[in-house]
Amino acid sequence: MTSFVKKNAKILVFSTEKISDPAIDMAGLLKLHYPPTVYTITVPCSSGIKPNWILHAFEKGFDGVFIAADGTDCVFGESCTEKTGKVVAMTHEKMKQNNLDPARLRMAALCSVCSDAFVRQVRSLNEYLIKTRYSEK
Amino acid sequence: MKKNLGVYICHCGGNISDYVDVEKVRQAIEHEEGVVLAKTTMFACSDSNQKEMVEDIHQYQLDGVIVASCSPKLHLVTFRNVTETAGLNKYTYVHANIREQASWAHSDDKEGATEKAIRLVRAAISKSRYAEALYPNKFEAEKAIAVIGAGMAGMKAALSIAEKNMSVVLIEKENTVGGHVAEWGSLFMTNEKGSELVQRIHNDLLQHENISILTGTEVVSSKGSIGNFTLTLQKKHQPVDNLRETMEINVGSVVIATGFDHYIPQRGEFSYLNNENVISLPDFKKLTDQSTGKTLLYNGKEIHDIAYIYCVGSRQSEGENKYCSRFCCISTIHTAIETKKKFKGIRNFHLHRGIRTYGKQELLYDEALQNGDIFIQFHDDFPPEVSFKNKKTSLKVKDLLFSDKELLLDADLVVLVTGMLPRIDQSIGQLFKLPKGRDNFYNEIHMKLRPVETVIDGITLAGTCQGPKNISESVNSALSAATKAFSSISNGLVETEPIVAEINGNSCVWCGECLKACPFEAIEQKEIDGKIIAVVNKSVCKGCGMCAPVCVPNAIDLIGYSDKEIFSMIDALVQ
Repeated sequence: MTSFVKKNAKILVFSTEKISDPAIDMAGLLKLHYPPTVYTITVPCSSGIKPNWILHAFEKGFDGVFIAADGTDCVFGESCTEKTGKVVAMTHEKMKQNNLDPARLRMAALCSVCSDAFVRQVRSLNEYLIKTRYSEK
Repeated sequence: MKKNLGVYICHCGGNISDYVDVEKVRQAIEHEEGVVLAKTTMFACSDSNQKEMVEDIHQYQLDGVIVASCSPKLHLVTFRNVTETAGLNKYTYVHANIREQASWAHSDDKEGATEKAIRLVRAAISKSRYAEALYPNKFEAEKAIAVIGAGMAGMKAALSIAEKNMSVVLIEKENTVGGHVAEWGSLFMTNEKGSELVQRIHNDLLQHENISILTGTEVVSSKGSIGNFTLTLQKKHQPVDNLRETMEINVGSVVIATGFDHYIPQRGEFSYLNNENVISLPDFKKLTDQSTGKTLLYNGKEIHDIAYIYCVGSRQSEGENKYCSRFCCISTIHTAIETKKKFKGIRNFHLHRGIRTYGKQELLYDEALQNGDIFIQFHDDFPPEVSFKNKKTSLKVKDLLFSDKELLLDADLVVLVTGMLPRIDQSIGQLFKLPKGRDNFYNEIHMKLRPVETVIDGITLAGTCQGPKNISESVNSALSAATKAFSSISNGLVETEPIVAEINGNSCVWCGECLKACPFEAIEQKEIDGKIIAVVNKSVCKGCGMCAPVCVPNAIDLIGYSDKEIFSMIDALVQ
């Protein structure tokens, strides 16, 4: 269990039911491996994610948070990308106020078939978190 | 809070248990607060297990059920129905995906996959503790459907709905029905002309008592939601006094079939408009359909050598139209074959980027090859160059299959094979707030699983307004949209998902930010007990949650995604 945690950072993914969830499911179907310490919570739309959820995740021990945003494919409309961007900007501000590295929160738009992109994103975030949070431990 | 939870952990044959130690998962969660039953099962979705679940719910007086199995896309509804059969509220059911997101994703790390599965199930249990009984909104539906657009898709959708004994109003902006198909000559695979096909279906429509056809009519406003849409219609071409006749209709559902526009090349694109011998595919089709002599004439000149340049305005590496327009390879080859049959001395040269005559249409490609048509494939980085010297049109093209060897070709006529564009007039999309995809066509919820439904309940998509399609694909989509529209209101009642935003009136101070954030105008200002607050119109709210993060006093929660539910899941995952 100890090596399990050291090798991989704990990452919480907020993904969306109709767009990025199918991409994450397909990553599994295609056996595109990523760290098993990546956990997903599904929401209807990425622009509905509250900053206090993300701060709660950091407070409780998650190393990183990744928002698998709907992007322009969002079934709720074109404004999703801009609004999700605002959620991230708001949260980054609050993270700075709490002395948290804003780079621990990342966002990327994923379409329903963007399995490769999802795996690349979480692997990259994992590497960053390992390097910045665990390399000296 | 739920006190008697039952948890089922599925082997999925070996799909899960080959990589996740399901017994270890069961042991890890069996003593979680509220769990009174924890079982593993070979196939949770099997009839025998579903029956066992119903018996367990009764025997253990379960008030919450969690199944850890495959993706909820496959069996969420199955298990919701099981719990409903056993007398529980189906919205209290919670699903954990330990196949796609644990066993398969981490098949290289069995220990890691098992640890992850344990946490995913714990998070589902946490959510289940707070899951409230929810009830779908039910209300009476107007038993009539509007179809907007009377092209091929709209006409077939209208006919299909009418045959189901439902009233249909078919609304067409133009003064005639049939759309683009009515302009076309013979169609593959029959010799029936587009105009004849349209006439045949139009006659069927006219004879059907359930159908009202309104041509020269536009939809100018829409109010309401599934079951009760009120559309305001306006006659398009009215006398000079500017007093346009308007009328209102009430329908339960709307099928959007507004079609496509042809791509029109820019001036100078392959010498278009700079060289009179360069024309677009629609113009060439008109020319060949309308010409009656034994020799094809264009501007008084005999045409023998015709060069077709494919993918003009489609599959653009640098432009906006990245998509394939699907119909144009087929339409061009069909037209080339027909031209060769109809006129003397025609030689066809197809300059393409890969021919896409899929399915039965491959027969056309075969026929063109048999006819001696020449196919030259070019790379998209090296498009053909068209020049005009000494009244002669020449093309220079690098042949991909011959190591980019440069070929020179003289042509009497150059046909630009233009594709489909989303309608330039997007007023209908704006009216119904229809989402668009990256290609700017209207977007369905899911291309495979819900291919004609939109996020707006009661609005379905038919034909090419959703993306390029040939006639048979348009008709398939239209019949599917018609059935979906009919089934949503056929019993005179509609149910909507209960996931909507909820505003805590005590915390709300009415700043208006939620109103600005809502894309569906579901937030209203209201005075309650002397205090001005925001309220949610539940029949309009789509449950996106966009209003929640912008609420400074945190007065808004999305039902099913409240702070306490999300926090409890985060706590369970991080343990």
